[in-house]
Formats: sequence, C-alpha cells, structure tokens
Amino acid sequence: MKRLLRVLSLAFVLALVLLTCWLLHPLGHVPVSHGESAVSEASLRDPALIARGAALAVAGDCAACHTAQGGVPFAGGRLLPTPFGSIATTNLTPDRATGLGDWSFEDFWQALHSGIGRQREPLYPAFPYTSYTLLTRDDALAIYAYLQSLQPVHRTDIPNELAFPYSIRRLLVAWRALHFREGTYRPDPKRTAQWNRGAYLVQGLAHCNECHAPRDALGAVMPDRFLAGGEIPAQHWYAPDLSTQANGGLAGWHAQDIVDLLKTGQSARGTAFGPMADVVRQSTQHMDDADLHAMADYLSMLPSRQLPVSPAAPPDAARLVQQGKDVYRQRCADCHGADGHGAPGTYPSLDGNVSVVEPGAINAIRMVLLGGFAPSTVANPRPYSMPPYAQQLDDAEVAAVVSYIRQAWGNHAGAVSPQDVGRYRHTPED
Amino acid sequence: MAPAVPDTLQQRIAACVACHGGHGEGSPGSGFFPRLAGKPAGYLTRQLMDFQNGLRQYAPMEYTVRGLSPDYLHEIAEYFAAQQVPYTRSPLPPVPAQAMQRGEQLVTLGDAARGVPACARCHGNQLTGVQPDIPGLVGLPYDYISAQLGAWRTHTRATVAPDCMAEVAARLGESDITAVSAWLSSRELPADMHAQPAGSVRPPLHCGVLAGNGAGT
Repeated sequence: MKRLLRVLSLAFVLALVLLTCWLLHPLGHVPVSHGESAVSEASLRDPALIARGAALAVAGDCAACHTAQGGVPFAGGRLLPTPFGSIATTNLTPDRATGLGDWSFEDFWQALHSGIGRQREPLYPAFPYTSYTLLTRDDALAIYAYLQSLQPVHRTDIPNELAFPYSIRRLLVAWRALHFREGTYRPDPKRTAQWNRGAYLVQGLAHCNECHAPRDALGAVMPDRFLAGGEIPAQHWYAPDLSTQANGGLAGWHAQDIVDLLKTGQSARGTAFGPMADVVRQSTQHMDDADLHAMADYLSMLPSRQLPVSPAAPPDAARLVQQGKDVYRQRCADCHGADGHGAPGTYPSLDGNVSVVEPGAINAIRMVLLGGFAPSTVANPRPYSMPPYAQQLDDAEVAAVVSYIRQAWGNHAGAVSPQDVGRYRHTPED
Repeated sequence: MAPAVPDTLQQRIAACVACHGGHGEGSPGSGFFPRLAGKPAGYLTRQLMDFQNGLRQYAPMEYTVRGLSPDYLHEIAEYFAAQQVPYTRSPLPPVPAQAMQRGEQLVTLGDAARGVPACARCHGNQLTGVQPDIPGLVGLPYDYISAQLGAWRTHTRATVAPDCMAEVAARLGESDITAVSAWLSSRELPADMHAQPAGSVRPPLHCGVLAGNGAGT
C-alpha cells in the first residue's frame, strides 16, 4: 500500500513537472533581426507593395482595435473588453522601442500566422490570429511592408487588465492546444474563383466569424456554429447569423443587399449600427467592389439553418404585444411605417429584419434605448438617424414595443420582458 | 405605403433633436440637455470632435456621434448655431450675497492671486461669446455652468492642448465654482445675445481650441 502511494505521488509530481515544462516552454522561433531576415529592407520600400498592404490592412480592420479613442491610427492603446478582463492593443507603428520597429517579417508572420509574440509568448486570442492564420504569406508581407512604412509613434503599451487566472499568459498554451490550429486557406477546386476569394476574405482577413459566432466559456468560437451568429462578449450586441438560406439570419437577402450594406452602411434589408457601423465605416466601405461581391457570393452559399426553438413567452406576452402596438403607432410608425417596411434608402424595414427577430432581442432593445446614426460613408455621407428612447420610455414600454415588432407582420420571435430591458438599460454603449 | 420622409437636416438628425430639441433649445426645465441654439459653430464642432476622440466624456454622446464624418459634424454644428430661440431664465439656488460678490469679481476682474483671468477676457465683455470658437456664458442654467466647471476639474471634459479652460478651472477654489455659476446665471440678459465678432477679444492664455483664431498670448 505504502509502495503504491509512493509510486502514485511520484507519478503525480512527474506529471506536474511535465505540465509546467509544457506551459513554460518557449514557443516558436528566436527573434529574427532585420539583418538576418530573408526579406530585404529595400524590397519593403516598393510603393506598390505598400499600397497593397494598406488596402489589406483596411480589409483586416487592424486600425479599429489598434487605435486608442482619439489616438494615432495603428499606435495601439485601446482596451478591448472581454469577459475575462480588458486586453490592451499594441503599437503597430515601426517605433523601435515601443512598436514593431525591431520586428522582422519572420517575427510578424509568426504573430499573424501562429499567434506567437516576439518574446516567444502565446498571444491572447483577442488578436484574431485564429482567423488571420489563413492569410497567405504574400498578403502578410504586404501588410508588414505597409505597417513598417508608417510614421513611428513612441507610445508604450499599456498593461492588460485581466482577472486571475486569465492573467497568466502561459495558460494560453493549453487554450491553444484545445482551440487553435494553424492553417492556410486551401481553395476549393469545385467552387468558382469568386467564391474562393470570398471565403478567403470572410474566413481569414475580414475575420467575420470572430463576432458572428457564439463563444464558449473559455472564449473560443464554437467550430460547429460557423457564422451562425452570437452575442459579442462583453459588448452586448448580437452579431447576426450570416446565412441567407432558410432560417438563416439573412434569409431573403440577395448578394447585392450584402454588398450594399458593406459598401454604404444600408441595404434594402437592414442598416448597419453598433459595432457593424464601425466595421463598415473603417473597413468594408473602402474595399474593392470585386472583393465585396466575392464575400457576398460566399455568404450567399452558407448552408440553411435549423428552425430556431422559440423561448417560453413571458406570462403577460399577449398584453405586452397589445400595449406595444400603441407605442409603435405613436413613436415608430412615422418612420418605419405601419406595415413595418420602413422607407427604402432611409429607414430600415423591421419586417423580417434579423436584428428585430434575433434570439436574444438584444439589438432591438438596445436600438430602442440608444437610437443612433447609420455610419457616415462615402456613399451615404449624411445618414439619417433614430432617436434614443431611453429617456422617454420605461422598461415596460420598451419591452412592449420590442415584443410587438418581434411578432408583427411576418415576424414570429419571442416576446421580451421588462427585466430583459432593464438588463441592457445600463450596459456601456460600446 | 412607405412613410414620406422629408429630406431635411432636422429629419436626418432625429437622434440629436430627441434630446436637444428641434431648434437646439435643450430642455429648459431640467437643464439636463444643454441648449445648442445660437452657440458659435466652431465651438459646437469642437465639442462633437471632442466627444469622438474621448476628450469630452459622456457615453451617450460618444456613442451617437462616433460614426459621423467631419463634414457632417460641421453641418450639424452650423444648423444649431443658426437657430434663433428665445432664452429662458432658470431657477437659481439660494446663494449668500458674499458669494455673488465673489462671482462678479471673478467674472469681471478675475483673481490675480490665483492666476484666474476674468471670464470676460475671453468670453467677451457682454459674456455672449466670441465667433467662431468661444461660447457665451449668460443665458445658461446654474446647474449647467457648475457641472461644466466641475467636469473641467475632473477631466471628464477636456479639449485639445493647451487646454486653457482646464487650467482656469483648476485654479478656482472649491466655493468659486458656485460663486461664478450663480452670478453668471443670475445676470439680466443683454438685448443682443449673439456672439461678438471674431477678433473682439485678446485671450490672456494660449488655447489649443483657438489655434488660428486669436490663439491668445
């Protein structure tokens, strides 16, 4: 018995030592200096390469995260909220002390493709290397050349504000083993070149799935729910299911509607708001039309979805809906129409609108409370807006009108309760 | 049938007028939503930009304006600047006569010992502001003025450097905010409430917001 115990405890200690070694083992390669790099500094100064990299950085929306509010683009310093605490974005300008000045292309590629930093440390997956891993080396090189061409900004990175144990960066080694596979995009020979281009952009560079999929308790996107929609963690907005097929979030959307929304911020089927308004304004409106059509083509061929299960209705749902009809007539119908079809080109239709009928009703509740503008874009520089009703309607009235629009016309989504509204009344705006 | 939507700026900016009023009259009763009507366009544009870049912090405003282009912000500012709305007086809390005297002194003479210039040196001898960047100080509710001076001190309201209002607010004593706010909000309103023409004042401080428009000395 004693002997068995000794053997067992020895095995336990050995396992612990091995686990620790595994977690602490430096990842990737030792830093590569500019002199050692296979990429010559002269080749990086090619204006065509830099211009291509600039366009790719826009499509990848790098600046959206790597820019502080009111800060210099790409100089980092924004705190990204996550359920595990906040993660500070880093300085991507070529400052030697505080940015990517000393990073060679090999170092940059390792971060983008493998999620490993220059100190051989695992990067937090708030940086979407989980998608960027699909990028080609050529595209990564162009982005690198562009970032290295920027004016260096001396701005020391601010620390992350993560809760224990998520603050122990080395634990990401285990997360990576569970949730991350390096890859490169492999074109599907049975599909068209346009579809493959769209797939490459949607899955990789534009990293759509990072928001448009549900995440598990450890913050990993669920592999079997690709682009199937999900609540954006810690931001309290719902990023819709992107399937245009039966029961999909974009059911009934034509490819042109998707292109319109990405290009202008509006479409015949819905308007971008919240985080997607930022994506359109900073990224997609500037993309090539051909790339937008490719993304729309790819999204149009996502599979159909299962009929969603309706949640249990609140006990007084029928009364809420009736009360909501009155609120709608007084507050909403002038713009969205009694038939819920909106005013084409100005106010979105609510009939069949994914943000009205999505499972949690977060977007509808928050839009009623916050209102707001469609994004200013080149195509729509002076957008119309919706008034915020947070000051004018109480939780019961918001619940009533949201319940009504979720069940009016062709909509068949569940009613919401005043408690649901109360939860979102005081969430931060972004 | 689709609703007929007027193609007017006022219709486009429904998100603004819901709180600030169709003509930027604000909420005169509570004073919670500031009046925008008649404030200089450069000043209003600057405020919108400061909300965008996080210098001025109020989450609903930051959310509302963050996706708008500089041209559109400027157009919205011009709209409210051009609105003519009668000024209303708002109630004043009971303030001792001594505080009123202190308020008058600060506004008209300043306090050299504290390094506080007279408000009138920048905001004009009528205190109705100066085109295009300096707002008026009369016709504002007590609560609004005291809240803004407090915000300058706690840095939830800031602007581009050098931020001379932050400097001035920091030099005020704690009771000075009440004194200044009370005296300003108690003033009889001049017949002409328009901001004075550009160049009417020579600001004693160098202010980032006045760059190129009489930046001070």
